[in-house]
Amino acid sequence: MSLKSRSAMVVGAGIAGIQAALDLADMGVKVHLIEESATIGGRMPQLDKTFPTNDCSMCILAPKMSESVRHPNITIHIKSKVESVEGLPGDFKVKIIEEAKYVDPEKCVSCGICEDKCPVKVDDEFDMNLRKRGAISRYFLQSIPAEYTIDKEKCLYLTKGVCKICEKVCPAGAIRYEDVDKTIELSVGAVILSTGIDTFNPIHFGNLGYKRFSNVVTSLEFERMLSASGPMGGHVVKFNDHKEPKTLAFIQCVGSRDESIDHNYCSSACCMFAIKEAIIATEHIKGLKSSIFYMDIRAFGKDFDKYYENAKNKYGVQFIKSKVSDISENEDGSLTLKYVYENGDIQYKEFDMVVLAVGLQPRKGMPELAEKLDIKLNEYGFCRSDAYTPLTTSREGIYVCGAMNAPKDIPESVVSASGAVAEATKYLRLERQKLTDPKDAPKEIPVAGVRPRIGTFVCHCGINIAGVVDVKAVAENAKDLPNVEHSEDLMYACSPDGLDIIKKRIKEQNLNRVVVAACTPRTHEPLFRETINEAGLNPYLFEMANIRDQCSWAHQNEPELATEKSKDLMAMAVGKAKELKALDRLPIDINPKALIVGAGLAGMVAADTLATAGHEVYLVERENKLGGNMRNIFFNFGKDPQKHLADYIERVENNKHIHLYKNTEVKKIDGYVGNFETLIVEKESKKETTFDHGVTIIATGADEHETQEYKYGETSTIVTQVEFERMLKNKKFPKKPKTVVMIQCVGSREEGKMYCSRICCTKAVKNASVLKDMMPNTNVYIVYRDMRTYGFREKYYTELRDKGTMFVHYSPEKKPEVTLVDEMNPDSGVNVTVFDPIMDKEVQITADMLVLSVAVDPKKDNIDTARMLKIPLNADGVFLEAHAKLRPVDFATDGVFLCGLAHGPKDMDESLMQAKAAASRALTFLNKKQILAEGTITEVNDTRCTGCGYCEITCAYNAIAVDPEKEIAIVNDALCKGCGACVASCRCGALDLRGFTNEQLYSTFDSLALTEELEIF
Amino acid sequence: MTKKFEPKIVSFLCKWCSYTGADLAGINRSQYPTAVLPIKVMCSSRIDPVFLIKSYLRGADGVLVGG
Repeated sequence: MSLKSRSAMVVGAGIAGIQAALDLADMGVKVHLIEESATIGGRMPQLDKTFPTNDCSMCILAPKMSESVRHPNITIHIKSKVESVEGLPGDFKVKIIEEAKYVDPEKCVSCGICEDKCPVKVDDEFDMNLRKRGAISRYFLQSIPAEYTIDKEKCLYLTKGVCKICEKVCPAGAIRYEDVDKTIELSVGAVILSTGIDTFNPIHFGNLGYKRFSNVVTSLEFERMLSASGPMGGHVVKFNDHKEPKTLAFIQCVGSRDESIDHNYCSSACCMFAIKEAIIATEHIKGLKSSIFYMDIRAFGKDFDKYYENAKNKYGVQFIKSKVSDISENEDGSLTLKYVYENGDIQYKEFDMVVLAVGLQPRKGMPELAEKLDIKLNEYGFCRSDAYTPLTTSREGIYVCGAMNAPKDIPESVVSASGAVAEATKYLRLERQKLTDPKDAPKEIPVAGVRPRIGTFVCHCGINIAGVVDVKAVAENAKDLPNVEHSEDLMYACSPDGLDIIKKRIKEQNLNRVVVAACTPRTHEPLFRETINEAGLNPYLFEMANIRDQCSWAHQNEPELATEKSKDLMAMAVGKAKELKALDRLPIDINPKALIVGAGLAGMVAADTLATAGHEVYLVERENKLGGNMRNIFFNFGKDPQKHLADYIERVENNKHIHLYKNTEVKKIDGYVGNFETLIVEKESKKETTFDHGVTIIATGADEHETQEYKYGETSTIVTQVEFERMLKNKKFPKKPKTVVMIQCVGSREEGKMYCSRICCTKAVKNASVLKDMMPNTNVYIVYRDMRTYGFREKYYTELRDKGTMFVHYSPEKKPEVTLVDEMNPDSGVNVTVFDPIMDKEVQITADMLVLSVAVDPKKDNIDTARMLKIPLNADGVFLEAHAKLRPVDFATDGVFLCGLAHGPKDMDESLMQAKAAASRALTFLNKKQILAEGTITEVNDTRCTGCGYCEITCAYNAIAVDPEKEIAIVNDALCKGCGACVASCRCGALDLRGFTNEQLYSTFDSLALTEELEIF
Repeated sequence: MTKKFEPKIVSFLCKWCSYTGADLAGINRSQYPTAVLPIKVMCSSRIDPVFLIKSYLRGADGVLVGG
């Protein structure tokens, strides 16, 4: 029995670290989140948009950032570094050094006056040094924690003993120059590393002119230029003449796929990154022409190829498959690119601006960190992990996620983070958490039927509000509003003193509703709700008027109008407050068992993970054998997949917590998070079984595409990669393979199936390698469109090239043609004719065997599973996760998760990570005895409802349905997200949204002192 | 009355996107007219056409729905 602890440490607070911390915290583990910089968030805040949805990066990240800072189980240590990790897994003793911040986080109100007045200007690394910031600063506008910190290397007072301006101007008295570095000691059971990556510095390549020519920038610099909150405010201009560029060139693989600098790996994300930037730039600059110079476009992720096609067809982005050898600057600041095609043709072209798509590389300081933590690095300097244990480091109890051990994009980082959490639970004590006993909650003052007595409080926020808005006038004005019994202004409403005053007034004045006019409910509503609850009021009897973020800060030059607006906002908030009702959050019991559909690699890994954590698992497999598609994989670059498969099968079959149903199909799944009921049927005996469970994981896999192209099926010498792999294993071929041709993208990346099957390039390279090792004299030709051996798979590709394999390019407009050498004799061999568009010539190959890299197809009956669980499929018929970037294994429906090929084509290590991630996400529910439904949900007025079912069609969460017996709509509290779409759709006015009722919203705008009034209603 | 006409635009903003966006505008110190009077809703799909009509009848000079 290993040691276990209730605490864990996560090092590095980028998106991976944040996800890991949140998952752990939701399982009841106390998490220390260690971050070297002054904010959590990592790289994502620097991005303007994310591919392939063009979501605003910060907008999707911000909620996760605020959740982590508010989570009672997470302690964030910014400006901190790990010094040492001693002891055994389950009982690590960790030492971290927390740098002095010189600003009291309890007092700082993040107003930014200090930075405005700071005489020192330093390069702002968040904006890639394209802008300056003060020596006292906030890393970026929405950084979390929000407090400012002082850069001790740059501060005049801390370096030279003069200045102290920030101390003088700080309205909150938050500056403390006497702050010192602290050593903190922690006891944790497991450690998750997620320190991320650096981008390659192209200064190494003098020929590309970076830093020599003003209009050559890196892709990350360009990202900041595109960002509306960046140094150019989103208006991209050239550096020499401040005019918009008309032409833009992207150069791919700068610092990637380059053996000359020991970067023999693909950075995986840069192709999509460049395509995204080209699209966004075209949207920003009318008439802009972008060209991307590339080796292979590696758009291998879910929905990436559609994005790539869109860039070509809709945005007119030009893709030029060639190598840029040199850039020179012209007098007008424009740049001439010299580029070489594969056939040796040299061309020149002029561009206004050049973006270098810089690769990803291990973070600076990795060797030192590795030494401190006693973990090993791989040949490129990334953290070392193995294909079958992609989340573990060389040291037991220390796990890795994000791009720290291999280049990853955002969703892969999120998946790996949740996956690493599942690994870490081995050394963590997870007890099923109870909700706090209702008896312990403060007794709430009943308000139903009592006349509203509203207290209003107007916050100065130092001078943030009071500097523009006449706070006293707003407070005074509020006194005359209906139902207001008390009104006052507070210097800082959120300070402990301010909160005490609010609680005191509630008691003194018998207030039963509270309005605070201050910063924004986005950050402060939870705090004020908690406060009034402590004073005995239901937390929903609170309303906030946003007079800072949406008033004083947005109307700095119009103090009088801002004051008038603040009065209006206050009146509106009071108008709503008088209609507020106490709301209950109903507890929902969570059944601790899980259903997993599909026992391929992903299903088995998920089952094993949940069962190891002590949960009962129903694992249902349609076939008689376990293992799914993995049963057909025999080689994996020197590692034996079948051995690992056998291990997993043994573990699953022998685990007493796993109830295995083979040859069985799921017939029906009813219910919702925490309370599912499922009916399964054994296929032969027709025996039916029913059981209850709390979560459902979909791991139903995918199929090999059935092709009719390239004469497949006409001869035994034309086979698929899967069939060929079996032949390689058995060393039996229909014909001695002296010459073998492989055709890529059979059934992938074409009209109607515009997606990349992701695994086929690597599979072709793998099978070709095995063949070459077995029979070195065999000639292998791989006929391809783009070789997509992403990440560290690139090495196998270059190795195969070195072994003398021929790669012939083709374009989808002119697909290869296949004929039999002798049409009368099917085994006579095949002739493959390929037109290579780059070499501009036709290549004819006569081969003994033709191997087709056929697509990964979604299961045809995905639609049935989707209907049963009311979960969506995408246009290709693949399951659609809740969010492509940040919720890759969740469905929008709570309690249902997704992993493996059912989510989209992926390699074994990726399926494995995703299965762990799905299990981990499931554990965040299973580990609770109850969850609380939201208070702000839809309610049905039974007497008005006609049972028309409009709401049922409208609801995106399946949270409302017409009861067939009662013939009225019934809301499922557990599923309702409180969006209110059903309310707007209801034709008989039977629905209303608690907390945002029609009455409350009418009262909000009715309270406005609008100019003219028409007496109609 | 010599007071200059100041329009009032009742603005229904989705809590998840445009309301947060309005906050960001403030954090960025982007300046815009005081005419915008935000009302937070959980989702723009919550907005019933009646809200718009009622706002106008109540005297609003414009209605903005952000979602």
